Amino acid sequence: MTTQQQKDGLWLSGNEAIALGAYEAGVRVASGYPGTPSTEILENLVKHEGVYAEWAPNEKVGLEVALGASFAGARVLATMKHVGLNVAADPLFTASYTGVGGGLVVVNADDPSMHSSQNEQDNRNYALAAKIPMLEPSDPAEAKEFVKLAFALSEEHDTPVLVRTTTRVAHVKGLVPRGERGESRVAPGLEKNPAKLVMLPVHARARRVAIAERFDRLAAFAEAFEHNRVEWGRKKRGFITSGVPYLHVKEAFPEDSVLKLGMVHPLPEAMIRAFAAEVDELYIVEELDPFIETQVKAMGIACTGKKIVPAIGELSARTLRAAFGTDAADTFDAVDLPPRPPNMCPGCPHRGLFFNLNKLKVFVSGDIGCYTLGALPPLAAMDTCVCMGASIGVAHGIDKALGREARGKVVAVIGDSTFFHSGITGLANIVYNKGVSTVVILDNRITGMTGHQPNPASGATLRGEPTHEIDIAALCRALGVGQVATVNPHDLEATEKALRAALDHDGPSVVITKAPCVLIPAEKKRSKTPCVIATGKCAGCTACLRLGCPAINWVTVDQRQARALGLGKKQKGYAKISEMCNGCGQCVTLCKFGAIGKKGGDNA
Amino acid sequence: MRDSGNILFCGVGGQGILLASEITAHTLLAAGMDVKKSEVHGMAQRGGSVIANLRYGPKVYSPLIDPGRADICLAFEKMEAARYLPFLHGDSVVVVNTHAIPPPSVATGKAAYPAGVLDVLAAKVRVIPVDAFAIAESVGEIRAANVALVGAMSTLLPFDGDLFIEVMKKRLPAKILDVNLAAFAQGREAVAGT
Repeated sequence: MTTQQQKDGLWLSGNEAIALGAYEAGVRVASGYPGTPSTEILENLVKHEGVYAEWAPNEKVGLEVALGASFAGARVLATMKHVGLNVAADPLFTASYTGVGGGLVVVNADDPSMHSSQNEQDNRNYALAAKIPMLEPSDPAEAKEFVKLAFALSEEHDTPVLVRTTTRVAHVKGLVPRGERGESRVAPGLEKNPAKLVMLPVHARARRVAIAERFDRLAAFAEAFEHNRVEWGRKKRGFITSGVPYLHVKEAFPEDSVLKLGMVHPLPEAMIRAFAAEVDELYIVEELDPFIETQVKAMGIACTGKKIVPAIGELSARTLRAAFGTDAADTFDAVDLPPRPPNMCPGCPHRGLFFNLNKLKVFVSGDIGCYTLGALPPLAAMDTCVCMGASIGVAHGIDKALGREARGKVVAVIGDSTFFHSGITGLANIVYNKGVSTVVILDNRITGMTGHQPNPASGATLRGEPTHEIDIAALCRALGVGQVATVNPHDLEATEKALRAALDHDGPSVVITKAPCVLIPAEKKRSKTPCVIATGKCAGCTACLRLGCPAINWVTVDQRQARALGLGKKQKGYAKISEMCNGCGQCVTLCKFGAIGKKGGDNA
Repeated sequence: MRDSGNILFCGVGGQGILLASEITAHTLLAAGMDVKKSEVHGMAQRGGSVIANLRYGPKVYSPLIDPGRADICLAFEKMEAARYLPFLHGDSVVVVNTHAIPPPSVATGKAAYPAGVLDVLAAKVRVIPVDAFAIAESVGEIRAANVALVGAMSTLLPFDGDLFIEVMKKRLPAKILDVNLAAFAQGREAVAGT
């Protein structure tokens, strides 16, 4: 960028840039489900005039909404994280057959190194499998540009277009040039066209041929695409790369030649052949799978890739230098320190549930959300976690495999947002197939982990408008669950009682633990009375520490200090509550010595 | 004075690292640099160890600071400063908040907070300790500790502190501007005195 561009540029994250790119492309409708690192796209897009954006209950619904809007002639964006595309894969694969009306762009955010994900899948493979084009930007500026290009590509070639980001595009900030809002040339409206939109086998067979023809046109487009470009340097060594790995190649080997692919599917074969012919040694540098490498090798071109470049985790300039044996610099050794894992917040309602699950020694079939942190000590009350919604099916499977042996010993836990995402069908299955599992729905009124997005039980939309609040208890009853109880998880005794009753029930049971996340704005604003520990009354029994609350700290003392503080003679320490306390009061009932109370109360 | 560099921000989720790194990034942009900043959101934010990578220069490609290549480390918590030692080199400077936040194992009495953690660092690199909470308390806003640290760090960058002040005036809400400017000034003074 020139200095002038720098002055005029916007400082945006990749996700903000994608939202702006979609807006400038004239997008009118957007849908998706929150998922790190994709969430902020819709949160930013919804701020623009002339754009309708919503949170769908899951990615499949989101993509179907997007497809409908596209059929109706609107330019439309669907967003999701990599595992979300697994959920949306069903509509995606057949949307490839129907093609589009208004441009349909699907932004998919991969998470190499699994910063906030349960697996490390490489979703470039979806472009290949669904036979649709994929663009892959390297930074926020390209992210905006590529999203705009993707809309044009979608309409020109009658295809959904995937834009793949990774964490280091989505959550990287950089300078992005401004642009103007444009419009689609597609006129809004509905037209009946069953041969293209009704995928009966007889229609689909014809469309399958159309896809093959489209693929050839896209391959030709790739050869001329301006963002597939060669940056010539020394010709001894040439790199084919794309996305964030391109940046690492430029950083590590600035003097070598690079073929940078802005479009990773389909590949520009002629361009790759010409580049390969010019360089002595050809290397493919890509994160995760040998996606480009395998195809280049299938072209009969000799190259080196995953033989030396790691296939696991994010790359960096350093990993590349190391792969090529050029990084000799020593670094300081790591210092041996206690780890600092993420933890549930002080006052988190989930803590009260997991404390009880730990106490009941049940096998906990878990799910995806903040509450997955319930697996960590000292709560250590989660035994499986696979994917969104899996908790309920897994619990039912255990029930069917073990029968009586497992009765009353297995609990599924699932958040409110995850329940709407893909838990309802699992619960229907339990009722339908005469299961007896206990399902706990952790209703904290919001989608927590991704940063507080509303869901169908929150009573608000992405646009901040009030809306119908789906009654989870009534829904469970309507499905045929015989025992449905709602408790406040901050009340440890009531929660234990409700769990025991559910586990004893001979039939499907649901316990809804209902209390708002402490981080939602209304809760943050609410004035709270923190708890305090009367030091002299603390017997050092550590019962309160079993909550694993970040606001409760253990302070060690020697005999002299113990005496001065009025503690027991042999007491090794005492518990203290810090200023982080949100006053949930869970610890109060745990203290058998009456040492914990609300600030300003009898105890303090 | 260098026209390119790498600044590593580290601390505990919720300490205001994001705002500190944003102010720094905008100041570097105002100084005419290309800048890239990388953050991690989601699960890591829940009270865990958090970092932000900030790189600047005439043209920045990679958004990530490699091990051994951070020139400045701005640490919001003592132990976290030590955790990222492998990212530093012999000429790195660490500006560190002297405050300690116990991790879960320490808070539950299962482990001890590492003693002399700053001495371990000081044996390898230049360390500038800053009592950012004392500064924040003295200006009457405990949440201004992050800007006090930015003030201390600003002394290490190749332009004067006025550029930071201009950026804060432009970007911070009016009601929190004055306390933050005061915290920034005291952070700078704390370094001048070392």
